[in-house]
Amino acid sequence: MKPIAQQNVTFDLAAIRARLRSSDGPRYWRSLEEVARTREFTEFLHREFPERASEWIDGLSRRHFLKLMGASLALAGLASCTRQPAEKIVPYIRQPEELLSGQPLFFATAMTLGGYATGLLVESHNGHPTKIEGNPEHPMSLGATNAFHQASLLDLYDPDRSQAVLHQGQISNWEAFLSALNDSLQTQERRKGVGLRILTETGTSPTLHAQIGGVLKKFPEARWHQYEPINCDNVHGGAQIAFGQIVAPQYRFDRARVVVALDSDFMFAHPAALRYARDFMNARRVTAGRSEMNRLYAVEPVPTVTGSNADHRLPLRMSEVTNFAIALGAELGVGRGSATNFTGVSDQRFLSAVAADLKTHRGQSIIIAGETQPPFVHALVHAMNQALGNTGTTIHYTASAESNAGNQVQSLRDLVDELKQGRVEVLLILGGNPAFNAPADFAFAEHLKGARLAIHLSSDRNETSALCHWHIPQNHYLESWSDARSYDGTASIVQPLILPLYAGRSAHELLDALLQSHPRTDYDIVRTFWQSQQRWNDFERGWRRTLHDGLVAETAFPIRQVELSLDQITRAAPRSAIGHLPSAIELSFRPDPTIWDGRFADNGWLQELPKPITKLTWDNAALIGPATAQKRAVSNGDFVELEASGRRLRVPVWITPGMADDCVTVHLGYGRTRIGRVGRRAGFDAFILRSADSFWSGLVTLNKASGRYQFATTQGHMVIDSAEREVYRAGTLADFLAHPEFVKESTRTPSAHETLFNPEAQLFDSPRWAMSIDLTTCIGCNACVLACQSENNIPVVGKAQVARGREMHWLRVDSYFSGELDRPGMNHQPVPCMHCETAPCELVCPVGATLHDHEGLNLQVYNRCVGTRYCSNNCPYKVRRFNFLQYADYHTPSLKPMRNPNVTVRWRGVMEKCTYCVQRISVARITAKNENRPIRDGEVLTACQQVCPTEAIIFGDLSDPNSRIAKLKKHPLDFSMLAELNTRPRTTYLAKLRNPNPALENVA
Amino acid sequence: MSSSRPTSTSGAPLGYPTELIRSDSTYESVTDTIGAIVLTKKHPRSWLVGFTIGFALLMLFLVAVAWLLLKGVGIWGINIPVAWGFAIVNFVWWIGIGHAGTFISAILLLLHQKWRTSINRFTEAMTLFAVACAAMFPLLHLGRPWLFFWLIPYPDTMGLWPQFRSPLVWDVFAVSTYFTVSLIFWYIGLLPDLATLRDRARTRGKQFWYGTLALGWRGSAKHWQRHQMAYLLLAGLATPLVLSVHSVVSFDFAVAILPGWHSAIFPPYFVAGAIFSGFAMVLNLIIPVRKIYHLEGVITPRHLNNAATVMLATGLIVAYGYLMEAFMAWYSGDIFEQFMMVNRTFGPYGWVFWALMLFNVLVPQALWSRRVRTDTILLFLVALSVNLGMWLERFVIVITSLHRDFVPSSWGMYVPTFWDWATFAGTIGLFLTLLFLFIRFLPMIAISEVRELVAEHKEVKA
Repeated sequence: MKPIAQQNVTFDLAAIRARLRSSDGPRYWRSLEEVARTREFTEFLHREFPERASEWIDGLSRRHFLKLMGASLALAGLASCTRQPAEKIVPYIRQPEELLSGQPLFFATAMTLGGYATGLLVESHNGHPTKIEGNPEHPMSLGATNAFHQASLLDLYDPDRSQAVLHQGQISNWEAFLSALNDSLQTQERRKGVGLRILTETGTSPTLHAQIGGVLKKFPEARWHQYEPINCDNVHGGAQIAFGQIVAPQYRFDRARVVVALDSDFMFAHPAALRYARDFMNARRVTAGRSEMNRLYAVEPVPTVTGSNADHRLPLRMSEVTNFAIALGAELGVGRGSATNFTGVSDQRFLSAVAADLKTHRGQSIIIAGETQPPFVHALVHAMNQALGNTGTTIHYTASAESNAGNQVQSLRDLVDELKQGRVEVLLILGGNPAFNAPADFAFAEHLKGARLAIHLSSDRNETSALCHWHIPQNHYLESWSDARSYDGTASIVQPLILPLYAGRSAHELLDALLQSHPRTDYDIVRTFWQSQQRWNDFERGWRRTLHDGLVAETAFPIRQVELSLDQITRAAPRSAIGHLPSAIELSFRPDPTIWDGRFADNGWLQELPKPITKLTWDNAALIGPATAQKRAVSNGDFVELEASGRRLRVPVWITPGMADDCVTVHLGYGRTRIGRVGRRAGFDAFILRSADSFWSGLVTLNKASGRYQFATTQGHMVIDSAEREVYRAGTLADFLAHPEFVKESTRTPSAHETLFNPEAQLFDSPRWAMSIDLTTCIGCNACVLACQSENNIPVVGKAQVARGREMHWLRVDSYFSGELDRPGMNHQPVPCMHCETAPCELVCPVGATLHDHEGLNLQVYNRCVGTRYCSNNCPYKVRRFNFLQYADYHTPSLKPMRNPNVTVRWRGVMEKCTYCVQRISVARITAKNENRPIRDGEVLTACQQVCPTEAIIFGDLSDPNSRIAKLKKHPLDFSMLAELNTRPRTTYLAKLRNPNPALENVA
Repeated sequence: MSSSRPTSTSGAPLGYPTELIRSDSTYESVTDTIGAIVLTKKHPRSWLVGFTIGFALLMLFLVAVAWLLLKGVGIWGINIPVAWGFAIVNFVWWIGIGHAGTFISAILLLLHQKWRTSINRFTEAMTLFAVACAAMFPLLHLGRPWLFFWLIPYPDTMGLWPQFRSPLVWDVFAVSTYFTVSLIFWYIGLLPDLATLRDRARTRGKQFWYGTLALGWRGSAKHWQRHQMAYLLLAGLATPLVLSVHSVVSFDFAVAILPGWHSAIFPPYFVAGAIFSGFAMVLNLIIPVRKIYHLEGVITPRHLNNAATVMLATGLIVAYGYLMEAFMAWYSGDIFEQFMMVNRTFGPYGWVFWALMLFNVLVPQALWSRRVRTDTILLFLVALSVNLGMWLERFVIVITSLHRDFVPSSWGMYVPTFWDWATFAGTIGLFLTLLFLFIRFLPMIAISEVRELVAEHKEVKA
């Protein structure tokens, strides 16, 4: 297509705003150009879309695609060149206990992220882990997981993982390393370890803590440093100010009626996010005959998962959030700021409404500050919660689960200082990637060279490995023993499911090498530690019980009584509101919602996962609001240069409605340079701009730079939705209570008799499978998308293919904006196959490759599919996905054991789509038949349902009137997407309910 | 061929060109003029140039198909939601072009339109080649093209049959039947001419090949009588096919629920569009050929005038179709239909729609003028515009409808790739190659039928 010529851009945001305000404007919208409908603005905002791309499939992009396929998806040049050795297939002579071929086993283990553990149950087929689920017994999982947990499976099988011990970049071995280490250690032992330094990430492992304790005992002058780029320094600092000690606030969202999130993404990026999301949404659901909902206010600079679910969301820069906190404190009579420091009419109104709401819900509210806010905000929030009587009811305090909680930035600064002075002789870096993610002003990578012997334990050969003398491959958590605590203190044993795939070691084994000349295995180390704890009278019984349950019973921390020191808080608070130069731009850093701090950058599943709200894949961007974009005359894909203290970053812009004005957010973790094939050349490195002083935010100058960049989004493509399109339904709690049938009455559902066929005919037997998705409780966290990908062997296609509109996710999370341009509401809608009873796709398939089974499932027969794609054209929901090229990797050996053996790996040229996890239904059907009983309600969990933190997805048998699904379908909020087409979808939705504050109704 | 009405040569009403054949033509001159092109005359340089271009494009086609089979349909620009792209656009376009031949041969034969005689052979050949080009696309566009035969009902060991409710299965029948009948019709018409060539050939090779193909035609009265009967019967068979093929092709769209496709007007509107584009292609081919091979005596201005008139008439039907689509979108009150129309006209592909309006509706209005209808250059340009316009029409129907349908989150854009264009250009190459070979080796005008015209001419004179 002829690209629309770039012209002088004139902006007409005023027109957009007017249109959104006017009653005939669209109620849901996604793309600014659609709302604007002016030609100039169309062109202004339009340039990111695929029609602008140079779309010739040229050699370069093809090569790039192949390269991407290499690591997490396809291409195994080497493997395909070597002939596989002849193997004999023989049955087990001694059948391993409990192992029945074809029957999966589940093992309890735990994964840590940011140091904090989440209990997992991992499915294992013939000895190789294939799927990760949450452990329902674990208090921080309750059966749910997030996208990171799901994707960690791919990390295990990543062909680009580090596979061998490296010495100065050359392949070496563990024994050679040990002898080299011992030489240095002997010197250190004589000198009491004065030159020995250990750098770890945030740790909660009791065993590791004990081991480091042992090392420090043997080498009294040695030091232990901790650093992780996404840390809780501010939370710790706040507790230190408020209580004089580091404690962890434990929130009870199930008890709170009013929640105020001050830049806190507690439903997604908090160590206890899974639990908190569940608790919060349980207090929000009105489906179970409840008529009450909690209310969430969010004040934040950039739309987060939590903010997108708020009843009222106020976009403010991070410094303004701080001001807001001070002003809120003043309203509540805490701190010494005054509310008048805080200006702005509508903001003032927001502030008073929040304060009033909080005051009427004393003891039933929560104010929570994010880890990005400075310590005194946390301290102030503790004081406000105390003043509101929340402490002890909705919040209590316990010890922190971190082994060595403190200030990590300071800890790293100390280490860098010592490196500078050349005092570090042996530096042991256990995990992490400080050369990439340390604050830029530390110049860690440069000073790392000052260490005489630097050893890096890491699962991939990253930027830090390249600078260390020794690199030891680290075992994945699914192939090594360890232990860890979760946010509430509950300890779990990390249990491996498979022998190490490569010559890796765990941190425990490496530390043991410092203590003993013949290091023990990690199993012995962990087991011996727990034996020494003397928790159980019969150790063997207790140990087995613990491994089976996935957690050490009764290890959650007891409530700690703490004394609030108002004096300290007052002293820490700034005298006046933080000012803002109108010319300056405030840059804020965030962990990336898909690759976190960069550790998952080589994970294709996460790279291709569309980020919540922006729906970007494979990239980060400088996120700015429409007003700022207008002021700076930049549009999507334009490069800008951000400069802070002489450090510059050239990064393209992505306009995000809901961003605060005069601020820009860049997600961390992209722009990795030493990485496997997947993460190479993805995104832009925001760590370049991050310094210890501007750890979460800082002032930068923003200048338009030359050049344009093409993003790959899965949904940005000019999306608009008007209320007449019966796609998304929402209302307020008040509406619903006053008029419960409001959804049904505004839906044009054709009568069952509008058919040429006998409407009374019973088309389907029992069971009749169906799904219900609650739009109120869906938080848009993406866990379901990845669970589906993992369960159903869905391939990764790479950025170029996503840009072409060929992503393969069977389940997508659509997101729509509603309301005003600068303060939009945000709405998420997971869309799997609707399994229509009168499915349009089936009618048009010439070979009958898609058809219904007797249970009402819309099936896709891959073997029969010839790939006309007519079914997709005729699908009004566009949930079908096509293998335009050979996307699935048939060759890479390490990926083969990862696949779900019960799901076909699809080949090029066939259509695929959500099957309602038909393989899980089959398992349940076979089990039920063997036991001569019907399938129980809740026995079949689809992958998306099982993973959902908020239980927004319910699946079951419609023909059983007592099933949960049958009851949900009768709920007045139940609606079908595009009901008027008479496709009779089996997947239906419960309309979204908001609970706005009447005092603010027309503000947000 | 029996004809009850003499062909008029004088008293032209309103000064329209009426001559079907130059008045001084004789049996000998007709046979010589047409037969010599194949047998004796040296072919002009323009033939070589044209053939070379066509053949080069054909080679490009082979490369494109090889790459396609190697990599998959992902080499094209298609995606979700636009799962059908150039392949289907081209399919419908070619099959539309393939309508003029049979329309001219069969329907006009049954309607005793004598003017068809000079151009029917050529247009039948054009039909065959166009349908051959068209038929390749539905096969190539399959995700797994080597399994195309699953669309054909055959006793499969698994007891599987095609899904007969799908219009794609109807397509298989419609297109294959049409191709078969067109081929037989064309070949039967060729028989007497092949015999003429056999008799006039001077070399052993030509005598052998034309003799074999002539199936022992001796020109006996019995031969003629049976030939005429078969020809007439086949014309009767082919006539409904002209209407059915494109109706069935239109079902590919009309049966779907997609706004922009789901429309009851599609069958007649598609048939009219097909004849429209078919005649345009006939004119685009015949005007240069007539000039190069000096066939003005056989293909007279009257032929051009009549073809142009048919084009104008069908063009108006097509324009009515466009109007009705827009009207029904509004009148239905269906928001999706209404949005489709707005998006079609003012969406990202709006310029395609307006180009279509220009080429297909506005430009053909020039045909109201007799001067345009008889001026070969102007007529050639109008026909070109219609061919382009009809291709754009299929683009609008297929791609603009698909790219934004019901759920806005799934909207997308379609951008053709190099391989999309290569495949399209490649089929043009195949078409041209076959056509130039046809001109080189077979009589492009039905000698026997033109001689019949001469006979009638003489009778009238006498």
